[in-house]
Amino acid sequence: MKTLTVDDLAAIKKRAEKLLELREKSNALVSEESCGIEKGTGHLQILCCGGTGCKASESALIVKNLKASLEQHGISDKVDVITTGCFGFCEKGPIVKIIPDNTFYTQVKPSDAEEIVSEHIIAGRKVERLLYVDPETQKHISDSKHMNFYGKQVRVALRNCGLIDPENIEEYIARDGYAALADMVFHKTPEEVIGMIKASGLRGRGGAGFPTGKKWEFCRAYQDDAKYVVCNADEGDPGAFMDRSIMEGDPHSILEAMAICGFCIGSNNGLIYIRAEYPLAVHRLQVALEQAREYGFLGKDILGSGFDFDIEIRYGAGAFVCGEETALIHSMEGKRGEPTLKPPFPAESGYLGKPTNVNNVETLANVPVILTKGPEWFASIGTEKSKGTKVFALAGKINNVGLIEVPMGTTLREIIYDIGGGVKNGKKFKAVQTGGPSGGCLTEKHLDIPIDYESLTAAGSMMGSGGMIVMDEDDCMVAIAKFYLEFIVGESCGKCTPCRIGNKRMLEILTKITEGKGEMKDLEMLKNLAEVIKDTALCGLGQTSPNPVLSTMNNFYEEYEEHVKKHKCRAKKCKALLTYTINPEKCRGCGICAKDCPASAIMGDVRKPHVINPYLCIRCGMCMSRCHFGAISVL
Amino acid sequence: MILDAAASIGINIPTLCHMDLKGTCVKNRPASCRLCVVEVQGRRNLAPACATKCMPDMVVRTNSMRVIKARKTIAELILSDHPNDCLTCPKCGECELQALVTRLNITQMPFSGGELSQRKKELTPSIMRNMDKCIFCRRCESVCNNVQTVGALGAVRRGFNTTIAPTFDKMVKDTNCTYCGQCVAVCPTGALTEHDDTDRLMDDLCNPDKIVIAQPAPAVRAALGEEFGMAPGTLVTGKLASALRQLGFDYVFDTDFAADLTIMEEGAEILERLKKFLAGDKTVKLPIMTSCCPAWVNFYEHEFPDLIEYPSSARSPQQMFGAIAKSYWAEKMGIPREKLVVVSIMPCLAKKYEVTREELKHEKLQDVDYSISTRELARIIKRANIGFAELPDSDFDSPMGESTGAGVIFGTTGGVLEAALRTVYEVYTGEALPKIDFTEVRGLEGIREATIDIKGFPLKVCIAHTLGNARKVMEKLREGKLDYHVVEVMACPGGCIGGGGQPYHHGRIEVLQARQKALYAEDASKPIRKSHENPDIVALYKEYLGAPLSERSEELLHTHYSDKSIK
Amino acid sequence: MAEIKLACEVIKQVEDICEKHGNKPGELINILHECQGLHGYLPEPMQRIIARKLGIPAAQVYGVVTFYSFFTMTPKGRHPISVCLGTACYVRGSEKLLEEIKRVLGIDVGETTPDGKFSLDCLRCVGACGLAPVMMIGEKVYGRMEPQDIRKVLEEFAD
Repeated sequence: MKTLTVDDLAAIKKRAEKLLELREKSNALVSEESCGIEKGTGHLQILCCGGTGCKASESALIVKNLKASLEQHGISDKVDVITTGCFGFCEKGPIVKIIPDNTFYTQVKPSDAEEIVSEHIIAGRKVERLLYVDPETQKHISDSKHMNFYGKQVRVALRNCGLIDPENIEEYIARDGYAALADMVFHKTPEEVIGMIKASGLRGRGGAGFPTGKKWEFCRAYQDDAKYVVCNADEGDPGAFMDRSIMEGDPHSILEAMAICGFCIGSNNGLIYIRAEYPLAVHRLQVALEQAREYGFLGKDILGSGFDFDIEIRYGAGAFVCGEETALIHSMEGKRGEPTLKPPFPAESGYLGKPTNVNNVETLANVPVILTKGPEWFASIGTEKSKGTKVFALAGKINNVGLIEVPMGTTLREIIYDIGGGVKNGKKFKAVQTGGPSGGCLTEKHLDIPIDYESLTAAGSMMGSGGMIVMDEDDCMVAIAKFYLEFIVGESCGKCTPCRIGNKRMLEILTKITEGKGEMKDLEMLKNLAEVIKDTALCGLGQTSPNPVLSTMNNFYEEYEEHVKKHKCRAKKCKALLTYTINPEKCRGCGICAKDCPASAIMGDVRKPHVINPYLCIRCGMCMSRCHFGAISVL
Repeated sequence: MILDAAASIGINIPTLCHMDLKGTCVKNRPASCRLCVVEVQGRRNLAPACATKCMPDMVVRTNSMRVIKARKTIAELILSDHPNDCLTCPKCGECELQALVTRLNITQMPFSGGELSQRKKELTPSIMRNMDKCIFCRRCESVCNNVQTVGALGAVRRGFNTTIAPTFDKMVKDTNCTYCGQCVAVCPTGALTEHDDTDRLMDDLCNPDKIVIAQPAPAVRAALGEEFGMAPGTLVTGKLASALRQLGFDYVFDTDFAADLTIMEEGAEILERLKKFLAGDKTVKLPIMTSCCPAWVNFYEHEFPDLIEYPSSARSPQQMFGAIAKSYWAEKMGIPREKLVVVSIMPCLAKKYEVTREELKHEKLQDVDYSISTRELARIIKRANIGFAELPDSDFDSPMGESTGAGVIFGTTGGVLEAALRTVYEVYTGEALPKIDFTEVRGLEGIREATIDIKGFPLKVCIAHTLGNARKVMEKLREGKLDYHVVEVMACPGGCIGGGGQPYHHGRIEVLQARQKALYAEDASKPIRKSHENPDIVALYKEYLGAPLSERSEELLHTHYSDKSIK
Repeated sequence: MAEIKLACEVIKQVEDICEKHGNKPGELINILHECQGLHGYLPEPMQRIIARKLGIPAAQVYGVVTFYSFFTMTPKGRHPISVCLGTACYVRGSEKLLEEIKRVLGIDVGETTPDGKFSLDCLRCVGACGLAPVMMIGEKVYGRMEPQDIRKVLEEFAD
C-alpha cells in the first residue's frame, strides 16, 4: 500500500479533472446543436445509468452493445462509455446521455445502441424518437436542463450521481473528493469540524432530524478505548431508494464522511450496515473501499497524518426495525434486531457497549461538501430550521417517477406538479404519503406547505427518510392505512406489548372495516388504540406506527365513515364492498367474461345478456377487463 | 429507576416483565410489557418506570388519567391474546397477570375475538409448557440464558408470532434443558408450570394395595408455610410430618436422613481422593464436586462431558433414600418391592426427571416412584381439607426419619459443603470440631471461596450457585486454572430454597433470605449436627452397608455419568 | 422438518466460513448470509455447526434465523418469484399481481410448488419504482406487469 501525500492528491486531482472536464463543461453548456465525429468533435463520452432501476431494464446490455458498436466502427479511442450512478429520472429509464452536447436519451433499449452510435456519435444527428417529450407542449427536449423534472432540483447529496463513474476513485477526486478529509487531518481540530457541521444546520436525514453536529459532539464527549462510526444504510421504507442510489452513484462520499466523523468523535472504526437486498450498492461500496485503501484515504496513517480509520461492511437481513439505531446495533452484534430503551444512547453505549455514532447515508453524503464549500453555503439553502436539501424517492401515481433532490422549503405542489409532472393518466390527486410506515398521508390542503421537519410533523406526517408516494382518486385511504399497518405488523420485532398486539388488533379492526363489517365504535377504538400505542411503544418504529392510520383518519374521516355506514368504498379498492354487474343492454352475450371468470360466477346463453352470481363472484375484476363492450360495471 | 424510587415511598407501580432478585444475578429488565408507564413532565410520550432513571426535580405522575388509560389498554391487549381459562389454570391465584387485571379493574375485553397467536404446548417429566399463555415478558429467556447460561430457550420469530421456544421449536426434552425449573419460578403466568403429579399421588394414597412412603426434602419445611399464609421463613417441619400422615402416607420419613447418608458416602470419597492426592497421585480428579443437584448433573453431562469424572459419584439424597427404602427397609419390613411407592416432596422440578434416569433404576424399576414439588404438596393438603396452620407437630417415622443439622442445611447454598466439612474434619483428624459452624461458606454471593484449616492442611473450597456461576467454575477447570479441593454446586439461586418447585417468590429476595435463615436455625436447634453421628445412619452401616464405599454402598448409593451433549 | 444430514464437504465449508470470521458471535449474521449462499437455505444441522463453532446456544442462532426475513430454513424453488409490495408497486396494483400468481401456481406466499419449480415471496422495494409494479424471478426483474401477463411469463420457465 502506498501512502499518498497531499501533493500526490493534488496531482491526481489535476489528472482526473481532465476526465471530467468534458462533462463539467458540457454541464454549463446549453446547446441544441449536437456533436458528432463527422462534425469534427474530437472526443465524446456516453454516460449510461447503472443504477438498480435502469439495470433492471438491461442497461448493462446497452453499455455492452454501445461498446461493441464503437469497436465495429473503429472509434473506441474517441468515445468513452461510462457507467454512472442514477440520473434520477427512473420513469424514463434507462437513461443514456451524450457528452459534450448533453443529449438526454430516455427509455433506451439495447437494440438502440447501434443507432445511437451511427446516427449521433458518428453523424452528429440526434435520435429524435429517444428524446424526452414534454407532456404539455408535446415537443422533444434534448437537454435535461430544460425538463421540468430537473428544473427545480438542487443537487447536493446527489451531486455526483449520474455524473461520475462510481467505480473510479479518480473521478471522485476530480470533484473535490477527499479534499475535505485531507484538509481536515492536517489543518483542523475535531472541535472546529464539529463546529462547522453545527453551523451548517445539517440535521439527520434518516427521519427524526436530530442535528448532526450535536450528535457528533455528544459522542466525542464519551471517552473509551474504542469508538465506532456507523453508517445506517438499512433503507427499509417500502418505496424508498434514496440511500441506495447514493451508495450506487457516489460511494466515496460516504466513506469520506465516515472518516471525517471518525476524526471528529475520536474513532478509528467505521461500520456500514447495509441491506443484503442491495447487491449493487454493496458491490460499489466494496470497490470504493478497496480503492480508498489503495490510495491511502482509509487504513493506517491516512495521508501520513497519523490518523487511522477503516471501514467494514455488515449486512442486514431483512428487518425494517433495524433502521432504529439500537436495533441496528444489536443486529451488527449478531443478535436479533430488537431495540432497547434509550437512554443510554448509542453515543454513550452502542456497538459492543462502546460509544457509537450512527448517521444515515444521505446525512453523511452532505458532510464532505459542507466542509469544502463551507457551512454558510449550506446554511443558505433551505428554511430557517431545516437547512440544505432533501432527496425524495418520488413514486406512485405520478408521471415522473424518480429520485429528486430539492431545497428544504420547496412545497409539495412544486414537487408533485412541477417536478413530478402531475398525477398519472390525468386522474385527480388525492393524497401524498411521506415518511413511509412512520409517516402520514397529506392531502390537497397541505400541498402548499413548505417541506421541512417541523411543518411535516405539524401536518401529521413526517420527513422520514424520503419516500414520497402520490395517490389518486382510485386509491382507498382505508386500504392504504391497512397496507401500512400490514407492513408494520409484519415488521414489528414483537418485543413490546403495544406494538406486538396493539398493531395486530388495529389491523384486525381495519380489515373488518374494509370488509364492510365495521361499526362506528370501531373507529373510536381505532383512534384510542392508536394514541396509546403512540404513547407507550418502546421504540421509534412502534411510536410512529399508528401515524398512517391517524393521518388518514384525520384527513379522510369521511371515507372511513362511508365504509362503515354505507358499506361503500369510493375508490373501489375494497373488494368485499364491490358488486360487479352486467348491463343487459350493452352485453352482446359473447361469453368471453364467462370463459375467463376464475370463479365460474358468470352465466348466460350465447348471444343473450349474461349475469354475475354475486355469491360466487370473487371480485377479481377479470370480467371487466375482458369485456369488449363496456357492459360490466362495478358499484 | 423510577420504579424503585416509587416503591421506596410506598407507591407500587405495576409491571409484568421486570424482575430483579436483588443480590443474585436473576434480573430481567427488557422494559417491554409497558405496564409500568408513567407520565414524566416535559416528556412527549409515557416513560417506563422500570428503566427510566430518576433525575433531580423530575415530576412524575404514576396515576394520571393518561397513564391509567394507557395501562388499562395494554392490559386489555395482553388479555386479547391470552386464553380465558383462569379458573382451571394451574397458576390461578398465583398469576401476576390475573392480579394485575383485578387491580386495574378490567371488567371487559374490548379487543377479544381477534387472532390468538398459536404456540406449542408440551409436557415434559418436569415442566409443563403452555405457551398460549405466554405474555412475552422474557423472564424465562433471561433466566435460562443469562443466569443459567443453558440457552435451551430463546425468542424466536418476530412480531405477533414471537414466542419463547426451545431450539428449532423442538420439544424441551430434545434439548439441553437441565430441568432446573427456574423458568417456572419466574414465569408470571401459567405458561410455564410444573408437571402435576398430584392426581397420581391421590390415586396411590387411596389404593389399599400400596404402601406409600414420603420423603420431604430439607428446603420444603422452610417454604411450605408460605402457601398457607405464613411468613416466609416459618419452619413447619412438625406440621409437615402431620400433614403427610393425615394425607394417608403409610410412613413419613425424611430426606434429611438420606442427606446424612450422602455426606457419609461423599465425605468418604473426598477423603479418598485427598489421600491419593497427598500421596502424590497425579491422576486423581480434584476438585471433587458435589452431585446432589440433578439440574447440575444434567448441566455437566450436556456441557462438560469431558469433565464428568470430577463430580462425586454419590447419588443425590432423594435417590439414596429410594435405594435404601426399597432394599434395606423393605427387606426389613417384609414389603415386596412392587407394593412400595416411594414419593419425594421436593423444592425442585429436576427431581421429577431424576427419578426416571435409567442409571438409577434397580432392575428397570425406579427407586423413587415420583417426586412432587412443594407447591403440589400444598395443593394436595388444601384439596384434602387439612387445616395446615392448626395441625399439631409430630415427628418423622423411624428409622429413616432421624436426621442431623448437617442434613437440614442441604437446602441452602453452602450447606452441603458445610455438612461435608463437619464430617470430613472429624473423620480425617479423629478429633472433635472446635467450632461446628463454618460461617465462611455461608451467604448468597454467587461464587464463594474459603480455605479451611484442617489441622494444618489448608482445604480450599468453593461454592457456586446458579448454573451460570457453575459454568465459570467449570471453564476454569477446563483451562486447568482451578485451585480447589472441593466444590459445591447448586443450580438454583440460593440453592434448593430457591428451587423451581418452591412457592413463588415473585421477585422478592427477602423470601429466599428468610428461608435460608430458617434452615440454619433448624440446624442450630438440632441435638446432633454431624451426619456421622446420626444413630440410624450408624445402624444402617452396621446392619446393612458395612462401610462407606463398600461394594453394597457402591451398588446402591453411587452412580455414573455419561456424555449427553447434543452434537 | 425431516432430519437432514449434511455432506462432509458442506460441514467443512460451514466451518471454514466460521473460521474466516474468527468464530466471533458478533459475525453471526454475516456468517449466516454466507452459509445460506451455499445451498439457498439454512437447515438445522448447519445452524448447529455454526452454534458450536461460535460457542453460543443453538437456540440463539435459531432465534436470529427466524427473526430476519432474509433467512430461510426451507429450500426455495428453482425459480424463486418475488413480488414487490413496496408502496409504489402497491398503489400501481402489485397486490393483484400477487393474487394472480397465487392462483396460477396454487401456492401461498412463502411456499414452494410441489415440483420444486417455483417458490413465492414478497419483498419491499427492489428500487425499480419507475417500472412498478415489479416482480422478480431469480435475478431477472419484470416491470410494468399486469395480472394477465403472469401465465405467459411463467411459461418461459419450461424446465
